[in-house]
Amino acid sequence: MALILDLILQGVQMVLVVAIAPLVLGITRKVKARLLARIGPPVIQPYRDIWKLMHKEAVLAHNASWLYRTAPYCIFAVTWVAAALIPTYATNLLFSWSADLIALVALLGTARFALALAGMDVGTSFGGIGSSREMMIASLAEPAMLLIVFTVALVAGTTQLSAVATLFSTASIGLRVSLGLALFALVFVGIAENARIPIDNPATHLELTMVHEAMVLEYSGRHLAMIEAAAALKLVLYFSLIACLFFPFGMATGDKGGGALALGLAAYLAKIGVLAALLPIAETSVAKMRVFRYPIFLGGAFAAAALAVFLLFVSRGF
Amino acid sequence: MQNLSFDIAHLLAGTMLVLSFLLLYQDRVTAVLNVFALQAIALALSVAWQSIAQNAPHLIVTALVALVVKGFIIPAALHRIVRRLEIHREIEQVIGGGPTMLTGLGLVALSILLVQPVGESAGTIVREDLAFALAVVLLGLLMMITRRNAVTQIVGFMSLENGLVLAATGAKGMPLVVEFSVAFSILIAFIVFGVFIFRIRERFDTVDVSALDTFRGERRDHT
Repeated sequence: MALILDLILQGVQMVLVVAIAPLVLGITRKVKARLLARIGPPVIQPYRDIWKLMHKEAVLAHNASWLYRTAPYCIFAVTWVAAALIPTYATNLLFSWSADLIALVALLGTARFALALAGMDVGTSFGGIGSSREMMIASLAEPAMLLIVFTVALVAGTTQLSAVATLFSTASIGLRVSLGLALFALVFVGIAENARIPIDNPATHLELTMVHEAMVLEYSGRHLAMIEAAAALKLVLYFSLIACLFFPFGMATGDKGGGALALGLAAYLAKIGVLAALLPIAETSVAKMRVFRYPIFLGGAFAAAALAVFLLFVSRGF
Repeated sequence: MQNLSFDIAHLLAGTMLVLSFLLLYQDRVTAVLNVFALQAIALALSVAWQSIAQNAPHLIVTALVALVVKGFIIPAALHRIVRRLEIHREIEQVIGGGPTMLTGLGLVALSILLVQPVGESAGTIVREDLAFALAVVLLGLLMMITRRNAVTQIVGFMSLENGLVLAATGAKGMPLVVEFSVAFSILIAFIVFGVFIFRIRERFDTVDVSALDTFRGERRDHT
């Protein structure tokens, strides 16, 4: 009985992240449109888009290989697994033992690898540009991400997300500059990874500076639906990661009573909502960067994360 | 209580170090001056906290000197100079933003490694303050080396001095006489610098110190 309950709780978490992903994307688009004094599409528009794409014919290029056809499903599956591993409303779920931060980085890396390969598969120049830039961004963002992981692991003594969230929400860990720096770096990395302004513009299809859209330019129909859904999931993944690591209050950490779970769920949705509103505000207040300035932007994230690790070493010794 | 006191000291000293990195990162002269003012305010807060934590009231004077002189007077004067030189819109070509940041990180690691054995006998708070202070000093030096604009080089020098004050307060305070003489020498150095900048500007029509290289007889092939 207890096992069934655990399975249900884990299942709720897995379904929850997928179910709210297009809605979160819709909220960010709506807020952004309002900030630009437009009315904007309704917040459920991404659901309709995905539904429509699912029922459209998938057009393939002549020279598209099996890789091109399987990559979207692979990307979606890997991103879903990664998003489902992050504790959202409760910790210590059935599969929480596998929710390791380093595994998470590896899963995201796998999805990126598949997308970059698919971008180059058809052999168009746009896909090649997109893949090469995506890899450039990844090579800068991943070291920063790993340093963030080290920072959190040094403070918490473990890389397991569930244990980290439990520790951060219950024990008092004091004022830590390192965690503030890690949050700062994680926000930068998240912006770069999710192809948001100032690194990439998610709203454009024909621009020489685009990265994500350039890779998926050849996709259509159900393949495109999968990629769009995966992109929405990735955004929710980063929001959940920020919420879980740095704002873990409200989570059901101990007993799994109905009240605690409801509170955890409400707190999670509120946190995601706030982050989904903050992102477009940040986006509208900056201009898109030139490609050659990416290393400076992500270098800032890397420096912040490295400083966070150093500061931890000073305060506790080796 | 002990823990909280340590955490606040850690937070303030850490903020100073982060602001040092921000100084290296900025490429606009006015932004550099604003960050420098912030760093001086962080220094003042840090020193003030030390005076409460160590129960040493004379450190409050040090904090006030840091706040008034380096937090307000010097930045305001530098802003005035920058406006009069009409370089407030200029974007300075920082020599290799990425390599500079990496060098800076290396310097921070170096200062932590250096202070580690020294501070074994002392408390954690002293060790930490020394490590941060050494890092701030080294980053100030790095800024003086990598910048080409005379104004930002001055800011590098002043931020180096911030690090010195942080080190001195961490090590159980320093005599007031020393503090005052340091503060006044900084002010005098600032005046000398100010005169010097205007002389450079008058002579070469720029405050980019690489112009001096050709005058010295080096790099003649570039001109």
